Amino acid sequence: MTLLLAIILLPLVGAVVVAGLRANDRLATAVAFGFSLVTLALVVPLWLGYDPDGARLQQTSSIDWIPPFDIHISFGMDGIALLMIAVIGVLVPMIIGLVGFTDKLPEGRSAGGYLSLILVQQSLTIAVFAATDVFLFYVLFEVMLIPMYFLIGGYGGKSRQYAAVKFFLYSFLGGLIMLAAAIGAYVQAADELGEGTFDWQTLAEVIPQAPLATQIWLFLGFFLAFAVKAPLVPFHTWLPDAAGEAPIGVAVLLVGVLDKVGTFGFLRYSIPLFPDASRELAPLVLGLAVAGVLYGSILAAGQQDMKRFIAYVSIAHFGFIALGIFAFTAQAQVGAVTYMLNHSLATGMLIIVIGMVIARGGATTISAYGGMAKLTPVLAGMFLLAGLSTLSLPGTNSFISEFLVLLGSFETQPVFTTVATIGMVLAAVYVLWLYQRVMQGPVRGDALLGASGGPGAVGAPETGAKKTVRDVSLKELGVLAPLVVLIIGLGFYPKPALDVVTPVVEETVSIVSITEGSNE
Amino acid sequence: MIASSWLLVAFPALGALILLAGGRRTDAWGHLLGCATVLASFAYGVALFFATDGKPQDTTLYSWMPVDDLQVDLGLRIDALSLVFVLLITGVGALIHIYAVGYMSDDIDRRRFFGYFNLFVAAMLILVLGDNFVSLYLGWEGVGLASYLLIGWYQWKPSAATAAKKAFIMNRVGDVGLALAIFLMWKHIGSVSYTEVFAGIGDVDGGVVLAIGLLLLLGACGKSGQFPLQAWLPDAMEGPTPVSALIHAATMVTAGVYLIARANPIYNASPNAQLAVVIIGAVTLLIGAIIGCAYDDIKKVLAYSTVSQIGYMMLAVGLGPFGYALGIMHLLTHGFFKAGLFLGAGSVMHGMNDEVDMRKFGGLWRKMPITFVTFGIGYLALIGFPFSAGYFSKDAIIAAAFGQEETWRAWLFGGAAVLGAGLTAFYMTRLMLMTFFGKQRWTEITSEDGRDFHPHESPPVMTVPMILLAIGSAGAGAFFVFNHQLAEWLSPSLGTLQEAEHGVISHSVVPFIVVGISALGVLLAWLVVGRRDTPVERPEVGAVVRAARNDLYGNTLNETLVARPGVWLSRALVYVDNKGVDGFVNGLAALLGGSSGRLRRLQTGYVRSYALSMLAGSFLLVGLLLMVRFA
Repeated sequence: MTLLLAIILLPLVGAVVVAGLRANDRLATAVAFGFSLVTLALVVPLWLGYDPDGARLQQTSSIDWIPPFDIHISFGMDGIALLMIAVIGVLVPMIIGLVGFTDKLPEGRSAGGYLSLILVQQSLTIAVFAATDVFLFYVLFEVMLIPMYFLIGGYGGKSRQYAAVKFFLYSFLGGLIMLAAAIGAYVQAADELGEGTFDWQTLAEVIPQAPLATQIWLFLGFFLAFAVKAPLVPFHTWLPDAAGEAPIGVAVLLVGVLDKVGTFGFLRYSIPLFPDASRELAPLVLGLAVAGVLYGSILAAGQQDMKRFIAYVSIAHFGFIALGIFAFTAQAQVGAVTYMLNHSLATGMLIIVIGMVIARGGATTISAYGGMAKLTPVLAGMFLLAGLSTLSLPGTNSFISEFLVLLGSFETQPVFTTVATIGMVLAAVYVLWLYQRVMQGPVRGDALLGASGGPGAVGAPETGAKKTVRDVSLKELGVLAPLVVLIIGLGFYPKPALDVVTPVVEETVSIVSITEGSNE
Repeated sequence: MIASSWLLVAFPALGALILLAGGRRTDAWGHLLGCATVLASFAYGVALFFATDGKPQDTTLYSWMPVDDLQVDLGLRIDALSLVFVLLITGVGALIHIYAVGYMSDDIDRRRFFGYFNLFVAAMLILVLGDNFVSLYLGWEGVGLASYLLIGWYQWKPSAATAAKKAFIMNRVGDVGLALAIFLMWKHIGSVSYTEVFAGIGDVDGGVVLAIGLLLLLGACGKSGQFPLQAWLPDAMEGPTPVSALIHAATMVTAGVYLIARANPIYNASPNAQLAVVIIGAVTLLIGAIIGCAYDDIKKVLAYSTVSQIGYMMLAVGLGPFGYALGIMHLLTHGFFKAGLFLGAGSVMHGMNDEVDMRKFGGLWRKMPITFVTFGIGYLALIGFPFSAGYFSKDAIIAAAFGQEETWRAWLFGGAAVLGAGLTAFYMTRLMLMTFFGKQRWTEITSEDGRDFHPHESPPVMTVPMILLAIGSAGAGAFFVFNHQLAEWLSPSLGTLQEAEHGVISHSVVPFIVVGISALGVLLAWLVVGRRDTPVERPEVGAVVRAARNDLYGNTLNETLVARPGVWLSRALVYVDNKGVDGFVNGLAALLGGSSGRLRRLQTGYVRSYALSMLAGSFLLVGLLLMVRFA
């Protein structure tokens, strides 16, 4: 058994064990936390054992699944998948650590059930990144929706059912179209080789030879699924509802990791399988990407709800990622890949900090808060740091990726990139404005002053506070501290992450440029 | 020695880290650590200054962002230009740190203040020491962060929070310019390091060089509060006065001038870009001076004075080899006298229960003799009183402006500079008269916590830095021009300072004209302000003064053109996103089983739904395959 396989299976085992502990919340949490830590510990040798200059897919394993169609359960990973697996490994223990005060479960729900689903989700998400059989990828892409559907629908806010169904339908329909395209690729391979296959490596050799028209149809099939997942404008409307209704930990998983499957798909499937179509349709994707940057940013600024705010921020950031992927330069694409990592850390931290604010005030609307820095200075500092990383301040992790995306994209796409830089200014607007409304000014707002404060209490001095609002607890600090270290550490020393992905990206970029002009 | 120049940055960076991460545990000694780290950097800077000859020497700390053929290092360049800035930042910085020990002594968060202050010094040092444009950018936005944190120091005041946010956002607009300039360098030269960019700039198409020059200028305008991005700087006075002195007068706001001087090979290659710099400088120096005449808030007058003086520096560096060194010289003398003036203003406020309205001052020279004398020396330096620091540095710029080859430029920009000098003399004399002379217009105040309050001189921890800066304000100019030693020293970085041979007005006449115009400004101020009593309430005024008091409507313009439409757009899009895009999708969802009753079935029997959907998918698939086959 490969180490990768162990990392996929371990959370699944954990899920079964934790599901049996539904009677005891504390024990279930401790056990789940233990499993997530061991998984994280296993990621370390996985990272160290990865050879960036070796074969594209490492840690490979394969067993037959449906022989008549040459379908296998085969796994393997490249540097991009490794980065994603690592970030899931880091985030899941934090999500588990939040359960309790910061991330309250609905009345009557056991922690065991929730955490069991979280661990299943972890296992499936890792498996999606590790799948090297296109059919397996499709199946996991869809199956992955199931635990998330129950996590949102079972543990979320008021309109959780609506949000969960919307999320499910969107992703599911996108996936179906991808299935059609995957079968199309199988048929195409059958035409070329005499017998069809879903093996990624084989397809990556065969499909690029297909005529442009074929490639374009197949590309669009995959693209729709990924564009919903990522999400790109205008396929984004499920995300604000899903992220807005999901509990904090689930929102971290959803925005931080699950969405990356879309951009991962661009890199693993769209470009290597359909290089000519990717090049041909790049302007379309770039247009959506840049539109997403501006649209997401402007909408983020206009949100009244903190959790929906995060969803729109992410939409803007996915615009940057897609821009970097489809600009086809090594710098831009390495930027995009590390953006996927850094967005998980920055937005993950922002969601967690906002979760801490909500846990204290009980409301998710921005206007229910104000002047909180006076009451909770440490929490305010963490909020600001997460915000600064979100607006890609140099010295934080996100700067590296945003700068590389823009620098690299400008080389081939100066117009799209220049428009996208407006997003840099807008990011400062929406982050600092949110910070000002929640944290600065005099202490105010129903959530902090207590409902009895009423409208007259707005602007009242801090002595008018009816509730005791505590600053960050030691446990919460334990969740935040690793993120702080990673955000600043990767801001000043991103080389480990860059080195892991650069060879894969160079290969991906070269696929597009080598085939240039070979068709038509 | 040079190899460990990273220590310059490391001291204050470590200080910031300890003070910000250490929390209340460091309260007792935090301010001392904050001062010590900056002093340590200053000592190291002095040692470096004497150990080197000013020729550029780059050290790479480590590879920061290596991707494919892109090499971005975190590297430092020790040369004449960066060392001069190191001494200014750590020298004046240390004095202001010490002053702040006294000024901030009542603030329970003084330790955090020093953490931010150290953070600023570290970032500013990275800005001037970086050996490539990305390292510079790191410092560039780093000082922006420190500035944001410190303007918003009194964050419970909505005005302070808004001012901080405004500063950051307007700076970001400039930062985008700087970023785009870097992207252009990478695209056309294939590098971001100073050495390679400057070596390769000659082979780049003229239009691209102009674009790079203008984009760098946009960055400079944002950071240095130059037209059209000047509006944030006066608002930045919401921060504590030491912040205004260090960040918004002596160092950070001059970073734009540094950038242009540092990028001198780029500007030398593009006369049109230089012209743009000169125009921005001239326009800004006049705008700043005009608005400075109308304000009653002592800090805002000084802030607009800073805007105006940086305009002079920009004008100078826009003159190319005729002005780079002059711009830097004025930057240094300005660093002394403007920091001194702000500290003096802070001392006045400290003694007047944080009052900033000059209409409520008057006759303070008796109560605060040291403040009065040191402030007075700074004042003389600023208006260019003969043989003070400003006299040498400003007159040199004005003379160089008159020395331009094309006559219309010489008259236009030289004239603007002279006019600015007259206005400077007017508003500063007005400030002096309203603050220190005339009848007392203040009343004994009882402060919020019940203490009796009357104007008093500040403690030595504050006055000693003021005295030292006053010495600099008096003598720095003469020291710099002696044997042309500053220009000589800077020549490895900026090239030899050239002197115009012709010129519409002879070099030797310029000082007389400037001093004459300035004297006129002083006289006018005395006629308007000094001769009669200043009313405590603002009198009704004419349209011109009203316009000046409204910052020449710069804010109104921003508000109507950018801010308000932005809010409308945002609201409109939120509506559309909820009703339009979402509505369409919800309709689709309803079609497929939207109402909650039916959806509950989906939750319990998703396998069946799967089967159904698989069927639908198969139909899609067949259709698609047919299309592919017969395409």
